[in-house]
Amino acid sequence: MSENAIQMSAVNKWYGPLHVLKNIDLSVNRGEHIVLCGPSGSGKSTLIRCINHLEEIQEGTIDVNGTRLGHTGANVDHIRRDVGMVFQQFNLFPHMTVLENCMLAPRRVHKASSAQAKEKAMHFLDRVHIAEQANKYPAQLSGGQQQRVAIARALCMGPKIMLFDEPTSALDPEMVKEVLDTMISLADDGITMICVTHEMGFARAVAHRVIFMDRGEIIESAPPTEFFGNPKHERAKAFLGQILSH
Amino acid sequence: MQHTFDFAPVLDAWPALLQGALQTLKISGISMALGLCLGIIFMLMRMSPVKAVSAVALAYIEVIRNTPFLVQVFFIFFGMPSLGITLTAEQAAILAMTLNCAAYSAEIVRGGVESIRKGQIEAGRALGLHTFDVYRYIIFRPAIRAVYPALCSQFILMMLNSSLVASVSAEELTYVGQSIDAETFRSFEVYFVLGVIYLALSQFFSIVLQLIGKAYFSYPTK
Amino acid sequence: MIRSFGTSEFLFILEAAKWTILMSVLAFIVGGSGGLMVALARTSNSKVLRWAATVYIQIFQGTPLLIQLFFVYFGLPLLGIKVDVWVALIIGLSLHTSAFLGEIWRGSIQAVPSGQSEAARALGIGYVSLMKDVVLPQAFRIGLPATIGFLVNLIKGTALAALLGVVELTRSGQLMANITFEPLKVYGAVGFLYFIICLPLTYASGRIERRLNAGH
Repeated sequence: MSENAIQMSAVNKWYGPLHVLKNIDLSVNRGEHIVLCGPSGSGKSTLIRCINHLEEIQEGTIDVNGTRLGHTGANVDHIRRDVGMVFQQFNLFPHMTVLENCMLAPRRVHKASSAQAKEKAMHFLDRVHIAEQANKYPAQLSGGQQQRVAIARALCMGPKIMLFDEPTSALDPEMVKEVLDTMISLADDGITMICVTHEMGFARAVAHRVIFMDRGEIIESAPPTEFFGNPKHERAKAFLGQILSH
Repeated sequence: MQHTFDFAPVLDAWPALLQGALQTLKISGISMALGLCLGIIFMLMRMSPVKAVSAVALAYIEVIRNTPFLVQVFFIFFGMPSLGITLTAEQAAILAMTLNCAAYSAEIVRGGVESIRKGQIEAGRALGLHTFDVYRYIIFRPAIRAVYPALCSQFILMMLNSSLVASVSAEELTYVGQSIDAETFRSFEVYFVLGVIYLALSQFFSIVLQLIGKAYFSYPTK
Repeated sequence: MIRSFGTSEFLFILEAAKWTILMSVLAFIVGGSGGLMVALARTSNSKVLRWAATVYIQIFQGTPLLIQLFFVYFGLPLLGIKVDVWVALIIGLSLHTSAFLGEIWRGSIQAVPSGQSEAARALGIGYVSLMKDVVLPQAFRIGLPATIGFLVNLIKGTALAALLGVVELTRSGQLMANITFEPLKVYGAVGFLYFIICLPLTYASGRIERRLNAGH
């Protein structure tokens, strides 16, 4: 069991003529926490969306826990069972209660009984401190609460890897902390995480590595202290200057 | 010539009118339910990435939507026997109404499905759900909800259109009315009463459909 | 003697299509004028007018077209008006059209931002000019796709004339089917002709709607 959690080798992706991922090589160890940052349009969201095949790649290979993801989606079911994802827009299902949101996939994919699924859902809702809202509908919750439900929903599938796609950028400022706290406590449990975010405080607190992308390329990859203290690349310096001046 | 209105002979036939109204309710209800199911199948075909499948569905939908319902009824009732398929008037009526309803439902429901945000589908996929489950559990209810008023209008229009199946002797409300007309020669009174009953039926359908909408397709949205 | 469905039989049906088109055009023009009145009444400040227009629309949208046609056909003589069945049909179809177009155009008028009327009023423009020069031209654009969509329904609706014995496309089909005993071919041909008439309108309606949506 020495293989990496995620291994991307020479990955290339185009949208028509637009080369959005250029020769991406990335290994993520088990239990490693990675923060992906970079200007908008740099390909960071696209990169993590390739890992669970929400986007197709044209060249290169992606292995998740030793399973090879085919370009046309072979093994995708297997891989998605191991990989949870949290979206910028939460994407909770509006016609289901919080509890039903969390029970759907365990029931349909793992064929869990209703009682099992419910028990698991309540366990994770409790973990994100929202169990008392289990019977409400998404529209009745605040953005921060919705995002915590989305995290619980992903956790109910028992993922080994969690992908976060700008989880706090659609939130009002006062709600960012409750979501980041949830993510930090998740990181403390040792799950593998890749997080696209500009929350540099979060990166300092939990990231083992910060990866900086620009124009579809990985420009820099370093531990947070090194990346923030002494960025090597000019584009990374410029980017940090912009982010931190806010 | 002074006409004296006399509704008595028409109203005396109320058991037949009631029977006719129930028959209209029945064939309309069945056709709506079957038409919606068939319509969803056509909608899925229409959205299929396979060109041929999508073209078949599109052709079907456009042929139905661009020809009169009455001609469709004649085509089925008078045409089917020459293919060796003999249908009773009621079967032909339900078949014609179902096929008609399916085409309109397919287009309406497609509008609903296209209004669903891509992120909803991605969230389902990321959780490991297969396409069928994504449609059934994630897309279906919000999609129907989005177009429910349009769907209801179409259903009521279908119910009103069912009056045309009287022309092939399917025994619903209009047919009953025409029989009473033939016996009493009180044409104006007959069609006045029929109009009132149809108005009541459309109100009834509207209320029932609203209740169904509340029960199955509503949820808080802020 | 049984005839088979050949070219001359098809031409007989094709010939009848002109009555379908004529009937549709007449009903659309007459009914459209009525529809404008209904729409203006429905959006007016007078409670009575609004109420009357609402009841009118409800009645015609809540009953079958066939019943409406019979009602007019048998009702006109009772008012002492003796008319040809053709005239009765045009009146019936027009009344029907007024209700549906009235409701469509009400929606269009209300979709014009209220700031437009407020701005016009602030300039001291009266009701007639407000409607004619400011609101209706904008409402016309908004309502165009649904209006064309209704025209397609009206063309299909004229098929009911066959049930009153008026010879148009559908009735000529019935006659041919009775002579040739080839209902599948005959009604196929009839349907095809309606399709040829309606499809371009359906597509135009869809295209205009997409263009309007894209403009937003």
